[in-house]
Amino acid sequence: MEGYTSSEMMVVAAARLLRDGEVVFVGIGQPNLACNLARRRHAPNLNLIYEAGIIGAQPARLPLSIGDPCLVSGAAAVCSMYEIFAFYLQNGRIDVGFLGGAQIDRYGNINATVIGDYAKPRVRLPGSGGACEIAIHARKVLVIMRQAQRSFVETLHFRTSPGHSGDPEHDRARGWWGSGPTNVVTDLGTYGFDEETGEMTLLTLHPGVTLEQVRENMGWEPKVSPDLGETLPPTPEELRLIREELDPEGVYTS
Amino acid sequence: MSSYASNKLMTLREAIARFVHDGDTVYCAGFTHLIPFAAGHEIIRQRRRDLVLARATPDLIYDQMVAAGCARKLIFSWGGNPGVGMLRAVRTAVESGRLEIEEYSHFAMITRLTAGAAGLPFLPMRPTGNDLPRVNPQYRTVRCPYTGVDLTTVPALNPDVAIIHAQRADAQGNTQIWGVIGEQREAAFAAKRVIVTVEEIVPSEVIRSDPNRTLIPDFIISAVVHEPYAAHPSYTQGYYDRDNPFYLAWDQLTAEPGGLERYLEEWVYGVPDRRTYWEKLGPEVHARLAVQPAYSQPVNYGRFD
Repeated sequence: MEGYTSSEMMVVAAARLLRDGEVVFVGIGQPNLACNLARRRHAPNLNLIYEAGIIGAQPARLPLSIGDPCLVSGAAAVCSMYEIFAFYLQNGRIDVGFLGGAQIDRYGNINATVIGDYAKPRVRLPGSGGACEIAIHARKVLVIMRQAQRSFVETLHFRTSPGHSGDPEHDRARGWWGSGPTNVVTDLGTYGFDEETGEMTLLTLHPGVTLEQVRENMGWEPKVSPDLGETLPPTPEELRLIREELDPEGVYTS
Repeated sequence: MSSYASNKLMTLREAIARFVHDGDTVYCAGFTHLIPFAAGHEIIRQRRRDLVLARATPDLIYDQMVAAGCARKLIFSWGGNPGVGMLRAVRTAVESGRLEIEEYSHFAMITRLTAGAAGLPFLPMRPTGNDLPRVNPQYRTVRCPYTGVDLTTVPALNPDVAIIHAQRADAQGNTQIWGVIGEQREAAFAAKRVIVTVEEIVPSEVIRSDPNRTLIPDFIISAVVHEPYAAHPSYTQGYYDRDNPFYLAWDQLTAEPGGLERYLEEWVYGVPDRRTYWEKLGPEVHARLAVQPAYSQPVNYGRFD
């Protein structure tokens, strides 16, 4: 890739999936950059909601944590943690959520809990936090993850958040507002999910990436869209905003 | 009714000695904001043992308390160093089987506290669809008597003691918090005993000029401790910033063999109290954490005398 990093491509690709006026449950790191990039470009009315209970945040600096004080100053509202999960997420008030993790399978189930056996883990990871409820209650769920054999796997070691059951009707009957991830953005391309089978489907390859590279970096034979395209590369203006305003130290994009 | 005692002001040493006992379930509240580190350090200094430590995010405070040998069990819902990585003491203790864990999602954890605060045995949530119910038998299912749909339930959490840090309180313990309000109120109402540490003790007239800002009224509070900077390296909105460089440094410090033990020796056992700790941090850190003021506009409550 020329003139930009794969992390910058991921942030830009995720930002373009956000629509103006959406209410977004923002995560720290690349999701935060994607949301603030979208807000400065095509979605000035994006409503940024942070898990710590901050609504309509307008952060003046890059927050390291989702409860950073810069998120509170100038926000529209602050609520308790119970309210953010019950009144906002569970009650269907959130349009978009972000997820990441250590492992994902072809239906968008995600593991952010353990590698190995739960009782005797090889590696203990942070766990769910808000992930499970984001997965089931946000209407649109964007996943940002780097692709590798060990992270795009046939079988998860633990299901931290559910993906597609293949039966959205059943999911709605359970009172879920969402039905698993809607898009996955990786360092190699972007994916959607097949509406009927719930299977992850390759939609675009990033510039310079081959289908062979994608195959080498996932644990199953990927379903490929008949309209497979190329991701539009970051524009100079998108790169300028990331490098000069949003992540000048390159914490999440170098 | 002892919580009605007119003046609950005491030192942190006294409050921990009186209200935190070996074997207690302890909830140190605060979602990123107002994490009561000074109280955690005092618990370590007083060498409490076999505690059940409950917190949505164990954060560095429980990493330190686990490393110091205070805990036998951890109840939590996200066990990382926010924006940085892992909590190594917690991770090592879990991977080696030395620390028992009981794990939830954030929503389930907070629902437990809310049930505890409301005097209910449990509260329902929409079914979760994750694997936690498979490994944590505290997750159960109930059928809604009105709609017939299945709901996931979690039991009330009623800690023996909740520890809250706040911007200000009066000497009676009427406690005001602004900024991220996390789960402080739920933790206080769910707990049998409540210790509050505050940046400032203010006259009751200050509290009563803005009653909407009072999250926890005095009769819920057991002890009031005037302890400025008690949240560092967490923060107090409007008083001092989150010490992000410290959170980043913790990752490296705990990666070195013996690093955590050296930290506890120097910064916990090696200082008698928070005042000494804060002075030891030095002027550069103080300057880095200073925040410019941004006041809210006053509101009019009206006079009726």
